[in-house]
Amino acid sequence: MQAVMEKRALELLADGTVNRVLGWTAGEFIYDVTPAVFETAEEVQNGFLYNDFCGANLSKYLVKESRKEGKILVFLKPCDTYSFNQLLAEHRIIRENVYVIGIECYGKVDVEKLREMGLSGITGIRKADGDFVVETIYGEKTVKQADAMAERCLACKSKRHVVYDELIGEDGEVVEDCNRFDMVEKLEQMTPEERFAFWRGELSRCIRCNACRNVCPACTCEQCVFDNPNSGVAQKAAASSFEENMFHIIRAFHVVGRCTDCGECSRVCPQNIPLHLLNRKFIKDINSFYGTYQAGEDPNAKPPLGTFTTGDREA
Amino acid sequence: MQRIGVFVCHCGTNIAGTVDVKAVAEALGREAGVVFSTDYQYMCSESGQQLMRGAIREHKLTGVVVCSCSPRMHENTFRKAAELEGLNPYMVEIANIREHVSWIHKDMKEATEKAIILGRAAIAKVHLNQPLQAGESPVTKRALVIGGGIAGIQTALDIAEAGFEVDIVEKSPTIGGKMAQLDKTFPTLDCAACILTPKMVDAAQHEKIKIFSFSEVEAVQGYVGNFRAKIRRKARFVDEDKCTGCGLCTEKCPQKKVPNEFNMGLDNRRAIYIPFAQAVPKVATIDPNYCTMLKSGKCGLCAKICGTGAIDYKQQDQIIEREYGAIVAATGFNPIDAKAYNEYGYATYPDVVTSLELERLMNAAGPTNGTLLRPSDNEHPHKIVFVQCVGSRCEEERGKQYCSKICCMYTAKHAMLIREKYPDTEVYVFYIDVRTPGKNFDEFYRRAVEQYGVHYIKGMVGKVTQNGKQLRVQASDLLAGEQMHIDADLVVLATAIEPDKSARSIATMLTASMDTNDFFTEAHPKLRPVESPTAGIFLSGVCQGPKDIPETVSQASACAAKVIGVLAKDKLTCNPCVASSDEMLCNGCSSCEKVCPYGAISYSDKEFRGPNRTTLIRRVASVNPAVCQGCGACTVACPSGAMDLKGFTNKQIMAEVDAICK
Repeated sequence: MQAVMEKRALELLADGTVNRVLGWTAGEFIYDVTPAVFETAEEVQNGFLYNDFCGANLSKYLVKESRKEGKILVFLKPCDTYSFNQLLAEHRIIRENVYVIGIECYGKVDVEKLREMGLSGITGIRKADGDFVVETIYGEKTVKQADAMAERCLACKSKRHVVYDELIGEDGEVVEDCNRFDMVEKLEQMTPEERFAFWRGELSRCIRCNACRNVCPACTCEQCVFDNPNSGVAQKAAASSFEENMFHIIRAFHVVGRCTDCGECSRVCPQNIPLHLLNRKFIKDINSFYGTYQAGEDPNAKPPLGTFTTGDREA
Repeated sequence: MQRIGVFVCHCGTNIAGTVDVKAVAEALGREAGVVFSTDYQYMCSESGQQLMRGAIREHKLTGVVVCSCSPRMHENTFRKAAELEGLNPYMVEIANIREHVSWIHKDMKEATEKAIILGRAAIAKVHLNQPLQAGESPVTKRALVIGGGIAGIQTALDIAEAGFEVDIVEKSPTIGGKMAQLDKTFPTLDCAACILTPKMVDAAQHEKIKIFSFSEVEAVQGYVGNFRAKIRRKARFVDEDKCTGCGLCTEKCPQKKVPNEFNMGLDNRRAIYIPFAQAVPKVATIDPNYCTMLKSGKCGLCAKICGTGAIDYKQQDQIIEREYGAIVAATGFNPIDAKAYNEYGYATYPDVVTSLELERLMNAAGPTNGTLLRPSDNEHPHKIVFVQCVGSRCEEERGKQYCSKICCMYTAKHAMLIREKYPDTEVYVFYIDVRTPGKNFDEFYRRAVEQYGVHYIKGMVGKVTQNGKQLRVQASDLLAGEQMHIDADLVVLATAIEPDKSARSIATMLTASMDTNDFFTEAHPKLRPVESPTAGIFLSGVCQGPKDIPETVSQASACAAKVIGVLAKDKLTCNPCVASSDEMLCNGCSSCEKVCPYGAISYSDKEFRGPNRTTLIRRVASVNPAVCQGCGACTVACPSGAMDLKGFTNKQIMAEVDAICK
């Protein structure tokens, strides 16, 4: 896959279709892959990487990148295309300046899960039948796909690319029975006290590193309310740990109706807080109150929370 | 730091009876920034206002908090008083300690505490108030009346008589509405058509009135003085300008089996039709659901015989856009579907009819040419039972909780007319109460009972069943305390009335509020009964609540007077409490534009200074302050907090919340 993608990127750079490539590159280790912009063929040849650890959603980078001179090539997994579409709907990405290659995806690996299995010194990973073969400095180990895959991929909502200029690999279908609301339902069944205790417990681990906000493709405000001195909440010392917890509640409200459920917030959280559950609760409620709606599926769709209909009641 | 004056009103005992006003004035006097605090019996009185003005002068106040009734009552009074002393009127805030406190609490300690808290919130807000300047906007001197029944016609005629243009938009092929279907009208028994049709003709001939029949309002944008409406002129497949209304086509059309809605489906019309002889405009309409030519392309008879070539099978719906200064909702009513009341057998027995159907059966232009005949066998009924309150004053889901108001009187009318014309007919009326408030109304009812010998029985009908050729009516006589059975030839149901189904979507379009029954809400139930709370939207007729004809006509004229009040002005003062966008924070995401009900928000690409002497082009929102109505929807939708509402800034509201939660 990496070779095909690299070849195509070089072609598009060479024929002048694009002048930059947005992809991934290795971090210090093979599994801490990081998004990167490549400006020359040489950079692509030396740095471009695509493997089963490339979970990062590249859409958000295009808010800035698509405003630069020339066209940029981006590789988007199916779930990333929803974010891309949503950003198009919000006029955050300039479509003409982006060349989208959709890449097929069967799910990405959560390195935390591999660590929990006792694997360390990971040097590579490859797919073999239904399993992953993890290469480590201590030898190879085969792990079941379901055991290694990220939670968001196990509950993948769609393998369909909702936007692309060309595809590498096959386009998939929307996964109707993805069970992504199972945990939300469990939380709904709790008593308010239990639920409060659950979230207090989870959110108490938050160190306010802002990684969730910085990675979130719905959080693209020119100036975040949490950084805006006029908002009354920026740079304010929290009066209690509860006030600190409210950061996530406010953030969830800010992205409601626009969150595509890409799961990046939970992926990047260094404290493993299941932040995506807050967003999924909102998505589930919107679905039940206003009919099924998937943000990002159609950039021209009318957002249920931002649309008046004649059926709306005044009282 | 502001210098704030606090004025606590007793409102006689309205507030002072439940709230310790002295304690409130004292407590608020200790708040930061408050330099003067007092209480007074009636702040709204001339001397109350003088007290306030004196304090503004003497203490050099920069902000005023009045703890009194709802701002909808006297905010303007106090703003004007402050303005007379050179204070910006928007530096005045009201803490509503009457509707929000004294009227809803009984315990003085609790009420006083709450009044103090609300006062504190208002003080917190005034600290952040900015002086605001109101702009002006022009007025389009034309009114739109939605609905062409007697209410709409009367309102339109009165506005037109004052010299302003009026458009009537009526969804059916003719104006006239429900009144055109009635036979006689209470309490004078004059014929409905005889008094209505001259008004219809007046409307049609008036040079200032334009009638869009068979048309519907599709979208409305704008604000008082400057509305823009999209009107869908539905295809009637007949050229209105060419058709002379000769009616030849309606006689020759081979499709004869179309239920005639004007006669409540009691007889049939053709696929091309003119609803009734005095229809305005008198133009034929083709019903595409029945016309063989439109359905299968075969026939074309009407086109062949039409002398003026008015038939146009290819006609399309047309959308026109018109501008208006004011809009009147006159959407009227319909009887509820009596099928929900299965016990009366309306759906089963043809001789169980509704009152509106009876009107048609008694009308000279109706299916029986005015002779009262039973629908089942066209024979004269000799015993007729009227059932009152079918669906009115009904606690169940299928009915309406309100009184439909007109049924007592029209049933007395029906009973009287039948006894007058057919003295051999026995008439029974089953009622819960007979309600006859109105000029000459009770006299009318007494005549039915005393002069015409109509049997009024207090009690409800439980069941109607078939008994041979007759209907067996099982009922209770509450005064005699016994069950009774009557074998009747005809049963007439006085069905409840409900707002027309189109009213809900029109209300949404007009951003006018409605009550739970889908009647339009007035700006004030007593003092502003013909205005909607939305500026520039007015209410005429039953769309606001059940009414008889005299009441509808007087309300329609009152409504016209209010509309004229708007159209007569050359400029309207705008509300300065409008939204504005902070371009430095705006993402250009369009969320605000999508929720704006007034179309006040637009976007443009602007250059901004970026880091290192670069320029960035960003899409940013801007608000047209003349169009914005200050509803605040955009400030909530904005994800970045760029949108804010003057006079109700996010900061002010948060300060109020903080003051309340302190």
